[in-house]
This record gives sequence, C-alpha cells and structure tokens, in this order.
Amino acid sequence: MTDLLQISGLDVDFPTRRGTVHAARGVSLTVQPGEVVGLVGESGAGKSTIGNAIIDLLEAPGRVSAGSILFEGEELRGRSEAEMRRVRGDRIGMIFQDPQTSLNPLMTIGAQLVETIEKTSDLRGSRAEERAIELLEQVGITEAKARLRAYPHQFSGGMRQRVVIALALAGDPDLIIADEPTTALDVSIQAQILDLIKRLCRERDLGVIIVTHDIGVIANIADRVAVMYRGEVVETGDVAQILGAPKHEYTKSLIAAVPRADRKLERFSSVDYIEGGNKPFERIDIQTHWLGASRDNRGTGKAIEVENLDLSFVLQKAVLKRNRKMLQAVDNVSFTVTEGQTFGLVGESGSGKSTVARLIAGLYRPDAGTIRVLGQDVSTRPNSAAAREARRALQMIFQDPYSSLNARMRVMDIVAEPIRFYRLTENEAETRRIVGDLLNHVGLGAQAALRYPHEFSGGQRQRISIARALASRPRILICDEPTSALDVSVQATILNLLKDLQQELGLTMLFISHDLPVVRQMCDQIAVMRHGQLCEVADAETLFKTPRHEYSRHLLELMPSMELLGEA
Amino acid sequence: MLFFILKRLAQSVLVMAIVSAVSFSLFNFVGDPVNNMVGQDATREQRIEIRQQLGLDDPILTQYTRFLGNMMRGDFGLSYRIKRPVDELILERLPATLELVFVSAIIALFVGITLGIYTGIRRKSWISRSILSVSLVGVSLPTFIIGIALIYVFAVHLRWLPSSGRSGTIEFGWWKTSLLTVDGWRAIILPAITLSLFQLTLILRLVRAEMLEVMQTDFIKFARARGLSERAINFRHALRNTLVPVITIIGLNIGGLIAFSVITETVFQWPGTGLMFIQAVDFVDVPIMAAYLVFVALLFVLINLIVDILYFIVDPRIRLGE
Repeated sequence: MTDLLQISGLDVDFPTRRGTVHAARGVSLTVQPGEVVGLVGESGAGKSTIGNAIIDLLEAPGRVSAGSILFEGEELRGRSEAEMRRVRGDRIGMIFQDPQTSLNPLMTIGAQLVETIEKTSDLRGSRAEERAIELLEQVGITEAKARLRAYPHQFSGGMRQRVVIALALAGDPDLIIADEPTTALDVSIQAQILDLIKRLCRERDLGVIIVTHDIGVIANIADRVAVMYRGEVVETGDVAQILGAPKHEYTKSLIAAVPRADRKLERFSSVDYIEGGNKPFERIDIQTHWLGASRDNRGTGKAIEVENLDLSFVLQKAVLKRNRKMLQAVDNVSFTVTEGQTFGLVGESGSGKSTVARLIAGLYRPDAGTIRVLGQDVSTRPNSAAAREARRALQMIFQDPYSSLNARMRVMDIVAEPIRFYRLTENEAETRRIVGDLLNHVGLGAQAALRYPHEFSGGQRQRISIARALASRPRILICDEPTSALDVSVQATILNLLKDLQQELGLTMLFISHDLPVVRQMCDQIAVMRHGQLCEVADAETLFKTPRHEYSRHLLELMPSMELLGEA
Repeated sequence: MLFFILKRLAQSVLVMAIVSAVSFSLFNFVGDPVNNMVGQDATREQRIEIRQQLGLDDPILTQYTRFLGNMMRGDFGLSYRIKRPVDELILERLPATLELVFVSAIIALFVGITLGIYTGIRRKSWISRSILSVSLVGVSLPTFIIGIALIYVFAVHLRWLPSSGRSGTIEFGWWKTSLLTVDGWRAIILPAITLSLFQLTLILRLVRAEMLEVMQTDFIKFARARGLSERAINFRHALRNTLVPVITIIGLNIGGLIAFSVITETVFQWPGTGLMFIQAVDFVDVPIMAAYLVFVALLFVLINLIVDILYFIVDPRIRLGE
C-alpha cells in the first residue's frame, strides 16, 4: 500500500542577504489515510514551513532545494502553478491558525464557500449552495441556511474556525494540513475543534497533519508524532512513546518543560538542552542590595483587598440610557490577596480577569466598589499621595512582550524609567548601577542596557519587563498572562525566574492566566472567573482536587490529558 | 445607521456654521464695503445712505443673522465689480468647474486604480517600476508647470488641441455643458489631465500600498491554499479590501480637485468658479469671495457625507456591527 503522503529528505532554503537559512533539513515524514500526525516544535523549528512546502506556498524567497514529496504516489515537486492549484483545495486542504483573519471580512461565508465549491467540483449556483449548507452542518453549525448570508465578523472565534474547516473540506480533500488550528481559541472551544477534526479524520478516512507547539493538543489528538528542532525532525514515533518515553535529548527536555496539570512541582524542570550555551550572569545578593532594602515592614497582612468591584463598558452609544448596550465586564467581585502569596485569577477570554488586573493597577476606574493596596484605599482618591505611594509598590507585567516595551527606548531607559519617575536614587550613576544589577539578576546581563528591545527574543523581552517592574521596588507584582506568548521551554525559565524573585523578595503576586497547569504550578490560591463574576475562590490544591463550582469542574475536565506523559 | 448619519449631519451643520462666520467676517474686516461700492467722488451723505441701506449700522449679531438667512436662500448680495447677484454669477460658472472636476476625477480614479492594481500585483516587472518612477513626477511637479508643459506640447507644438478656453457648449436650461461636442471634449482634455495628475498618482500609490498589504493577509493565503485562481484572489478578495481606505482618500481628494481647480482654471483660462474667485481676489470683490468660500465648504461637507455612507455599503463590519 502506498502512503497517502511520503516526504523524504526534504530541504527548504531561504536565501537571504546574509546567507542561506535552512528552514528544513532532511525532513522525512509519512501520513496514512485516517491518521493524525502531529508535527510539534517550538517557534522557528520549521514546522509551518513543512506544511507550506507540501502545497508549494512557501513565502518568498523560500524554496525546496532537495528531497521529494510523494502524494498518493505522485511527485508534487516541480509541478507547475496551474497543476498545484488543482491539488490545493481539491486534494489537500489547509487550516490556518487565526480564524479572525483567515476569512475575507467583506464576503459572506456563503459566497466564500460557493466560490470554493465551484472551483473544486461541477456543482454550480443553487446546487453549490446546497453543498455549502451540507458542509456547514457537517462541521456543526446550526441553522446553516440562514448563516450563509452572514459575514465572518458575525461569528465567534470557534464558529469561524468551523467555517474555515468547512472551507478546507469543500473540495473533499484526502489530506488536511492544520497549522496551529486551536492556538487562538479558548480551552473549551479548543476541545470542540479538536474533536471535530478527529471525527472528520475517522469518518472520511482523511490524513491529517497537525502543526502545533502545544504538547497538550498532541496528547489529545495525534496518533503519531514528529518532533522538530531547528529544521530537523529529531524523533518520530507513536504518540504514547514520544510523550511517555522520549528518546532524544531535545524531546526529553521539551516534555519536561510542559507544566504538569496533574501535580504540583517545586520548580519547572530546567531545559538545558534548549538553553544550551546560555551562561548564567552574576546574581546579586538581594537582601543586602538596594532592591531588597526598605522591606522590613513586611507583615502577614493583606496585600490587595477588592470589595464589590463593578465595571461596565459601553458597547453601543445612544442618547437615551435605555438604548445603550453595556457589557458588565466586572460584576461584584470581591477577594483578598494575602501578602507573600501568589493569587491566581483564571478564566476564558472575555471573563474579565484582565480587567480586574487593570482596575487594581489603576488603569481603569471602577464604577463601584473599593480597592485597597497594602491597606491603602486607591480607588476613591486615586491621585492622593498615599494612593500614589501604594501604586508604586504595585507593578505590572503584561502579556505581549512585543508591544509592552517602547521600541524607541534603550533597555537602560526602559528599566530606569520607574526609578527616575519616583526619584528613588540620589544620582544618575546609582540609577545606572542598579539597572545593571537588575539586568544581571534577571539573566540578561548588564550589557543589555545599551541595546534596543527589537534585538531581543520574546523571552528576553519578558525578562526586561520583569526588570522594569522590579525597578520601583514593588511589593506586589501583577502578571497578566506573562508567558502565554512564549514557547514552552522559555515559559518554564520565565516562570522559574518569577518564582525565585518572589522567594527572594517576598513579593505578592496576582497571576492571571487561562492556562490551568501553569496556574497550578505557580499559585497558592486561585479564583475562577466567568462573565465578570467570581465562581469560586479556593486553595490551589483544593481547587484541583475537589472543585466545588460546576464551571471549575468544567474547566478542569477540558485540561489536556497528561496521562501519556511519564514521570519525567 | 440613521443615528450615525444624523450625527454626521449635525457635525456638517457645525462646520458650515463656522465657515459662514468666517465668510461673514470677510465683509467687515476686508476693507470698507461702502468704499468698495461707491465711486471716489461720492458725498458723505451718499455714503451714509448706502450704509443704512445695507444695514451696516445694525449690531453685528443682527447682521450675521441676516447674512445666514440670505445665505440659506442662496442670496449673497451683489458683486462689487460686476454689480450682478453673486448667486447668478456662481450658477453661470458652476457647470464649467463641475464638468472639469468630474472629468478629471474619472481620469484619476480609473487610471489611478487600474495602475495601482497592476503595480500591486506585478510589483517586480519593469513596467511597474517605470510607472512608479513616472508617478513621482506627478506628485512633485506643481500643477501650473504641468499645465504649461501640456499646452506647449499639445497646443503650441503639435497643434492637436486648443490651448485655453471652453468651447462647443450646449445649453440645458441654465446648465451649459461642453461634454456633448467634439470641440468641447477637445477643450476639456488638457485641463482635466492637468488637474487629475496629482490625485491620480496619489490614488495609484495608495491602491498599490493597500494591495501589497492585503496580499500579505491570512485570508489571501487561505484563498491560495483552497486553490482559487489568481484572478479570483486579486479581484474578488484583494481589491474590495483595498478599497475601504481608498474611499476615504478619494472623498477628501475630490474636494481637493475643486480647490486645485483654481490654478488649473487660471492656466487654461477655463471660465469656471475658480477663475472667477481669482479675479474676485484681484478686485477685492468680497461677496464673491465669501460665497465661494461657503460653496467650497458645502461641497467638502457633502462629499464626506457621501463617503461615510459609502463605508456602509462596502464594509459589512460597519453596516452590521453591533
């Protein structure tokens, strides 16, 4: 029997001015009908390149320089554009990561489906429309007929991804390449989409390649796995073998870095293989340093107290109040964070968890309710000297390391800004010395001060953010999804750094995340949020072992299963 | 949608109120209107009489209200120089300007969008590169130089087209059109090209830039991955997405065409409102200046209102938004 897809010895080159980048080297991979093959790796590993190379849609100037791609026994390399166009959509379908952007916003989904159906079959006009309705029903969209006239923006993210899948299936292909199909979606939606892909794979005897960085997705859906590292497939095998008993060093460290949902570990396993060659910088003795000073008033008191917090946003403006559409983003939220602890705030997108963080940081003003930071009311008179002092003690680390640093400021000025703003030092020389020490301490090295943010990777930028947050000698850190934009190995090192800093400085942390395994590793107490309301507040281990609220149980059930992962 | 248009209308009324205040103040601050109306040898009594006739002794607010009331009826008083009602003069001249602007807007849109799409799709071909280089000339050369150069080549040297003026007009009531005769077209071509050139290059470069950006989006990549033809991708998917920002600029620029027509009409001695305005400035003919100001502002406001409504038609995200 011939394989559905057989890639052997594939090389993909990107010639650039500074020399050729080998995005893929000697990659071999097979896919059988009815089989889901996971292609896993971190960003830059070349996994998306493989998917694009198969359907000859490599971005310029990339090109396949060696190897063969046999699809149903026929060579795809060297085909003309017109021939490839008959393969794309008809025989190989593709699903992209972001359902927000993969659909044309100005065309109804019906029009997009019909044009694809007309391209890939003999059906025309109303017959094509009937087929479109059929496809939408197959991917689980109800009232498909009415929905044909709808535009993409009228669908939710998960629904849109279903439409994308329907489009990919329109030509009745034999192979589907799904490039990070669930990365932009919430956990509950992710589970549904993965189920859908798996079901379609079984029903239609499709071959599926899932490209992802998420081991959880692999554990849920894949039959076989290929692990990519720096353009090469380092290990291929059965999913249970790869996750349970990895052979290659890289796979071992990658799997060790995955946050465990099933039990709490002291620290994240170090990922030496990936970090390789990153020499540690001299850490300062923080207790005797300026950064550790003036912390003697550390008590066992309450760091953050939030009472009956309300905030609503106006969705649609209107002159008359009753015509306005409001969104209750935060609805009567109360909780207390004990000093020195890490308090987790979890929920899906739109649950209001980030809004709570921004309220506490003073970026939004609440409609009602009080916020006390270290006993000081910061919500009623936010500009009073005492409130400002309390806010100095509270700093924030944002989710996106790319947009949260000013691209036109040197790292020195970024980190020194809070020191200068609050006039914490005697002179400029002292400021510079402290910035250098801080950068050493977060593992970047003092030399980083002279460079600009764009010269750093996502993980390194997040370290700059942490250094900046520490510069005003805070006692509370608010981390809003600090690692969700990072690769899993980088995530582990950043989370370890945060843990170390917390212990050394006795920091209180408010840790916001949608990622339950991460929250379990980081937090002492956890609050679950949905639709702006708190569902449950509990000790971390209690919540994971005996969740009380129905929604907490639902979230826990959706967590990717870790059974396949061994005791590594 | 109704609410949105009402809001825009309210804003337009505000703009018009401010413009009318500015144009009203022209009467009081640009010279003494009485001096402009009577001869050198008028007596003191004659002057006082005229002041009273014109109501120039009334309080400013009364005068402004009267001005607004007259303006609503399209009455801007008598031209100082020609001694004829200003609204009549403008209506006489308006068809010439509107036809010129219309023809050059069509040229700018048609050629600009076509070349923009071409250079956006074939961005590496030498034709695209040369179009872009030449288009720089359109942006950087002032309108009057282009006009004079065109006159020199096509009227003086080749003698293909007339150098100035408007001819071959046919009357429809008060509207004199030159678009129905060969002579009329021969006369309008050069000024229309001159006027359109700047806008054309602007639209070309904007469409090209938008096209390049849209081509990078995921939905274009997804359309490719579904095997759709290049034509469907370029014209069905990319072009319409390109047009959303282009419409904004086009709206502003048609207003710009009217403003720029002052220069073009002067170069080609085109008997439109722009030429009339320049002559009015020479003679400090305040009523014409004031009326022209209000008239141009009104056109700008109307065009932008139309643009806002066009958004609704083109972009379902605005039409069907929450």
